[in-house]
Amino acid sequence: MTQAHLDTFGRPIVVVTGIGIVTSLGQGKEDNWRRLTAGESGIHTITRFPIEGMRTTIAGTVDFLFDGRVAAPDLSEKLATLAAEEAIAESGIGSHGDFPGPLFAAVPPVELEWPERQQLAEAVGRYPIVYHDLLGAAASGKFRPWHERFLFGSVADRLADRFGTRGQPISLSTACASGATAIQLGVEAIRRGETDVALSLGTDGSVHPEALIRFSLLSALTTANDNPEGAARPFAKNRDGFVMAEGAAALVLESYEHAVARGAKILGVLEGCGEMADNFHRTRSSPDGRPIIGCMTNAFADAGVTPDDVDYINAHGTSTPENDRMEYVGMKAVFGDEKLAQTPISSNKSMIGHTLTAAGAIEAAVSLLTIANGRIPPTINYNIPDPAIPLDVVPNVARDAQVRRVISNSFGFGGQNVCLVLAGEPA
Amino acid sequence: MPDANAGRRRIHRDVWITGIGLVSSLGEGLDAHWEALASGALPATDTASYAPYVVHPLVKVNFDTQIPKKGDQRQMEPWQRIGTYAAGLALDSAGIAKNTEILSKTDMIVAAGGGERDFAVDASILNELSTSNDPGRLLNERLLSDLRPTLSLAQLSNLLAGNISIVHGVTGSSRTFMGEESAGVDATRVAYSRIAAGQSEIALVGGAYNAEREDTLLLNDLDNFCLKGEFKPVFAAPGIASGSMGAFLVLESPEHATARGAKPIAKLSGVWSERAKRAVEGAVAEKVKALLATAGTPAGTAVISGATGGHDATEAERVALAASGLPVRAVANRMGHGFEAQFIAGLALAALAVSKGTLFPPFTGDPLEQPGDAAERIVVTQVGHWRGEGAGLVEKA
Repeated sequence: MTQAHLDTFGRPIVVVTGIGIVTSLGQGKEDNWRRLTAGESGIHTITRFPIEGMRTTIAGTVDFLFDGRVAAPDLSEKLATLAAEEAIAESGIGSHGDFPGPLFAAVPPVELEWPERQQLAEAVGRYPIVYHDLLGAAASGKFRPWHERFLFGSVADRLADRFGTRGQPISLSTACASGATAIQLGVEAIRRGETDVALSLGTDGSVHPEALIRFSLLSALTTANDNPEGAARPFAKNRDGFVMAEGAAALVLESYEHAVARGAKILGVLEGCGEMADNFHRTRSSPDGRPIIGCMTNAFADAGVTPDDVDYINAHGTSTPENDRMEYVGMKAVFGDEKLAQTPISSNKSMIGHTLTAAGAIEAAVSLLTIANGRIPPTINYNIPDPAIPLDVVPNVARDAQVRRVISNSFGFGGQNVCLVLAGEPA
Repeated sequence: MPDANAGRRRIHRDVWITGIGLVSSLGEGLDAHWEALASGALPATDTASYAPYVVHPLVKVNFDTQIPKKGDQRQMEPWQRIGTYAAGLALDSAGIAKNTEILSKTDMIVAAGGGERDFAVDASILNELSTSNDPGRLLNERLLSDLRPTLSLAQLSNLLAGNISIVHGVTGSSRTFMGEESAGVDATRVAYSRIAAGQSEIALVGGAYNAEREDTLLLNDLDNFCLKGEFKPVFAAPGIASGSMGAFLVLESPEHATARGAKPIAKLSGVWSERAKRAVEGAVAEKVKALLATAGTPAGTAVISGATGGHDATEAERVALAASGLPVRAVANRMGHGFEAQFIAGLALAALAVSKGTLFPPFTGDPLEQPGDAAERIVVTQVGHWRGEGAGLVEKA
């Protein structure tokens, strides 16, 4: 390995050679990029299931893949499959069904859903039932495929079969930071020299009644149901919660040396990853912002750069009052007032909602497109600035700008924070 | 932080086990486990509470000793409480509990399942749905009124790690791997590899399982995986007897441990994760053989198997282990099967045996467990009940 293929710490440089995206805005990175930079929203009133009696009735569901309801792991698997197909095709690596590296899959936790529970209850053959009766129905053997489908490793397992990734795939969750963690694991494996190539992805197709209601019960969701496209309002004064959404993104990660040797087109560099867990509260950040600050600082240190080297911040920006304020507090401490005021920051979630497990991967992918296209997607629905958090959020309209380096933030429930530093192709 | 692992000057450091936290049906802590293992006593089982299913119930635990705030305990379902408790035991064992400076740099990887249902609420909703003219609205309204807001946090897979951060202050990093038995193998493998490569100095890795819940019994019985009726040794009859357990290890670089005056309990010398194509006849046995070959089987080697009891997989593992001629002990014959936690529990027992310098006696009635006390090095095998084959090598430090 030559010096040109190593970073300033002497580690293999990790590049991206394939990107795939699916969101409520559409399938494929071309469609998504066009609509993101046009400031379009993918949020809409839910039609997948009855919404009567719910507090929040909007979401960024992906409705163009199946007719009617499928179980969440089926949709998560389909979303991931499409994203991975696009990424692998672009990278031109391996051959069909033979990807020459491991799979790191950020996947949502799964469990039997209500339609399955209802079928089990019907199979008991009488009402009223108690929960134990369902076990007898389960033991009948009539629902055998559900066992594998509702295991936590199920989605990644089928992806591993389909794409022929190497070894046992890793299924992971760090809540809303999961997609970024999947990328970080790939970066670390390449830096250790375990592999030249890795497939990292995040997927989430979990908008079903109970999932939505659980977030409602945590008071995390917006209730701006009357204007779905205007409901996600990151950093605006009238923000009042996030919008649940679905999607997936996949990145083919590769050592720079490996990519150059096979003549691959390099789409960007994963320069650094930082993480720091928060031990303050299950759903709230430390009031002093210490973990967010530490997470960004660790990412810069890992990349060997400073905040001054950053041209754009791809925000976590969920549109909850708490997150956006704490993200501002953290950025202010890390960047300082002057640099922060000069640095554009935008939230993709204003348009595609919060894709939860997938968000970190989708936003890393969009960050790379931002660098490649020299154009920053806007934060839409920014009509009432919040004077407490003064930021250049690229309000409502995309902006042309030379973007050489991005930090992408992901902060999760349970205090799991990950920041990624991404840059253009090495000079 | 930047790691020292350069492409051209790749390093490989030893990895020590400097802390173990273990709680199960056998007891709490290392002494209680060793006593139970050495006595050769029958495992603690409960065949009545969840009949016809056999489970190994958690020993009675005073959670207050590791989770002092009742408010924290209330925010957790039992699987999270067991795990948070065992994690605390591991930090105590390593001598780093409450050491903010070290804990703020400790990397954590938890192998987790998730969600415990509210069984009464589920049954009640199903009964009402059966006669409702507007089931969609009914479901929404009932869930909104009947689900406890904290339940969803208690169900989320990554919130075991979240609770460990909150209760014990582990904040260097926090990752959660899912995917049943393999999650435990890969959590350990990644933590091990990062330390060996210089990407990390100290890590907390572990998992927890609550066997005393009907939703997971249901899931596993969908494909006939559960042991029913009476307890049987794991290599004698198919069927998973699930066991409540929490198992955590503190892994550490010798440099870091030595600098703080900590001694190794044992050395973790390798962790390997594989994936057989299970539809292919003989593939699982071949993978187990290959894993044993990778770990090496010189004189003084024993096997602690994480065999689940699951149909097909455990029989394939039995064939491969029998062919090896090595002394074998199965975790499931003592503590039952703890899914995500099982491999780490096996490593904990291996570290214990290695540190004692002797293997514990065989389980009477199990066709594979034979006398033998070699315990210089122990290969821990983990064949997942549905997917994934892995192994770890524990040696005398």
